[in-house]
Amino acid sequence: MSELLLELKNVTKQFKGGTVALDNISFSIDADEPSIIAIAGESGSGKTTLGLMAMGFLTASTGSVLYRGNDLAEMSGSDHKEFRKEVQAVFQDPFAVYNPFYKVDHIMEVPIANFKMASSKKEAREMMEQALISVGLRPEETLGRFPHQLSGGQRQRIALGRALLLRPKLLIADEPVSMVDASLRATILEAMDKLNKEFGITVLYITHDLTTAYHVSDYILILYKGSIMEAGDIESIIRNPQHPYTQLLIGSIPWPDLDRVWGEDIAIIDIEEDTSEESRVGCKFAGRCPHVMDKCKVAPPPLYWPDDNNRVASCYLFDDKPVLPGDDVGTLFRSKKVAVSR
Amino acid sequence: MSREHILQIKNLDVQYYTDAGIVYANNKINLELKAGERLGLVGESGSGKSTLALAILGMIKPPGGIAGGEILLDGRDITKLDEEETRQMRGREISMIPQGAMNSLNPVMRVKDQIIDSVIDHELGLGKEEMEEMVRYALEAVELDRTVGNMYPHELSGGMKQRACIAIAIAMKPKVIIADEPTSALDVVTQRQVMQTIRRIQEEMGAAVIMIGHDMGLMAQFVDRLAVMYAGQMAEVAPKEGAFRAPMHPYTQMLIESLPKLGAKGEFHGIPGITPLLRDLPPGCVFNPRCPQSFGPCKEVMPKFLEHRPNQWVACHLYENESEPARS
Repeated sequence: MSELLLELKNVTKQFKGGTVALDNISFSIDADEPSIIAIAGESGSGKTTLGLMAMGFLTASTGSVLYRGNDLAEMSGSDHKEFRKEVQAVFQDPFAVYNPFYKVDHIMEVPIANFKMASSKKEAREMMEQALISVGLRPEETLGRFPHQLSGGQRQRIALGRALLLRPKLLIADEPVSMVDASLRATILEAMDKLNKEFGITVLYITHDLTTAYHVSDYILILYKGSIMEAGDIESIIRNPQHPYTQLLIGSIPWPDLDRVWGEDIAIIDIEEDTSEESRVGCKFAGRCPHVMDKCKVAPPPLYWPDDNNRVASCYLFDDKPVLPGDDVGTLFRSKKVAVSR
Repeated sequence: MSREHILQIKNLDVQYYTDAGIVYANNKINLELKAGERLGLVGESGSGKSTLALAILGMIKPPGGIAGGEILLDGRDITKLDEEETRQMRGREISMIPQGAMNSLNPVMRVKDQIIDSVIDHELGLGKEEMEEMVRYALEAVELDRTVGNMYPHELSGGMKQRACIAIAIAMKPKVIIADEPTSALDVVTQRQVMQTIRRIQEEMGAAVIMIGHDMGLMAQFVDRLAVMYAGQMAEVAPKEGAFRAPMHPYTQMLIESLPKLGAKGEFHGIPGITPLLRDLPPGCVFNPRCPQSFGPCKEVMPKFLEHRPNQWVACHLYENESEPARS
């Protein structure tokens, strides 16, 4: 068995005040098969919390997060430094990550200095130029400039270039395109795709936007109120969602396609908020689900294989189907040969 | 003028006078809006779409100013109104649904009072009963419970706050509603519900809507016509069918190409290059430095905005010799 890069083992995160942001999530990423995995959900689904935990910025309330088999919470200094190099992040706001007083070169110079990656200024400069070219930027148009002189799309690609500089194994991109103009989004997604395909970097693409998720990702994990609703092959899930929540989510997307009618596939109780008591013990979606049954309100459903080996759905509608062995949905995010062994 | 057009914008120029030079935010904008029509206004940040919206609302403030052209609302040039007349027009005849509902409401005022506030300001001479009736109508129209009127913004969810903003905008039954990315802060499920509400109210009131934004999916599903702005100019105005299925301006073509669709997975078509600065526009066509189809006249002559296909207006040299324009 190949080594696991990152592993979340039955992770629950409860914030002060009682909010459960993640509820018993198990999910692993393989080191040998770089892929793009979308973590999708609405606000409050826990997707950003999941990303922050994978980056080691938050610790689990229960359960553990392992990197190459080492618990992030108990890592030694040198292992931790290695982790900081191999796991990189790109955030939502292309303005906030830059200090307006420094030229954009700064965010690339710091990691080069910290990790002593270059022996001379010239070498450092070459590394920076190479990284920028890899994300589709012209170094002469970007280096030496201040953040405000560049577009949001350019700034976001510099952030990707900075991540690439460190030759990471895992890139966590939290809503990297949501604050960028639609016409520039494609350039960022393209750069992300290239990082995956050419440099073998696994990307966790955290987003609420299922259209771009579909476009760029191989696999998807759909969260709702801290629980996994559906996970697996993105093609199967977007084209033929099985979980009632996924159906609602995908039916709500306004596609830029005149042949599709918005919301025509939706047969769901349309309520915005669900604060019902039963949603805390049973299935999180029970209060909004048109197929809700008594048992949905008693205990959360396990992950069933609704149709094929490509995906699982946490829904009692499929309780005559086999259950995913173990809790780790990450097994679905590897080549389909692995997933078939059920 | 034709009676069917509720709003006509003719050769509108809006400029900002800054220390660094004049910013040409709107250049010779021509646009017409029929009563009850839904028009989408798209463009990158800095393309001038928000300036155009502010101009229609009579809210261009120094250092900006309207440098030329006219905006006719029901035949009356609103650029000629004084401040008090503009204030009376705003809210009553043209209103706006703001972008960030989260930050648009007054946190220390009940929703009900915020609806009444704009009504009182217009001195319609309504009694207390009539005001209450207006609040009831507005809340009902946006599908909010009557009790929400007595709540404060922090007690509402994102979707409810956006609905409260819509209630304020429609309380006085305006003829034109400008919606600036009304759902960009909302989740997809809530977005669909809010957009359905806007659509239903707009149809019931017979109001025209200008939807500003850059979510082309939302545009495809909501509007009748699409206006595409680039660098302060109107690149193309066309019925939705024309704009999405047979876009004419190279910028519109690339914009449509760049959209993620089902099928064609993993293909990325960004638009290379960046938008020019509005105070330093290139000579000729403003899009020529990024245009893959640029040729002879593009670098020298600014293309005219002409009706090259029925109802499809385009500013592009590619079509200028193709056919005689219907009118100019």
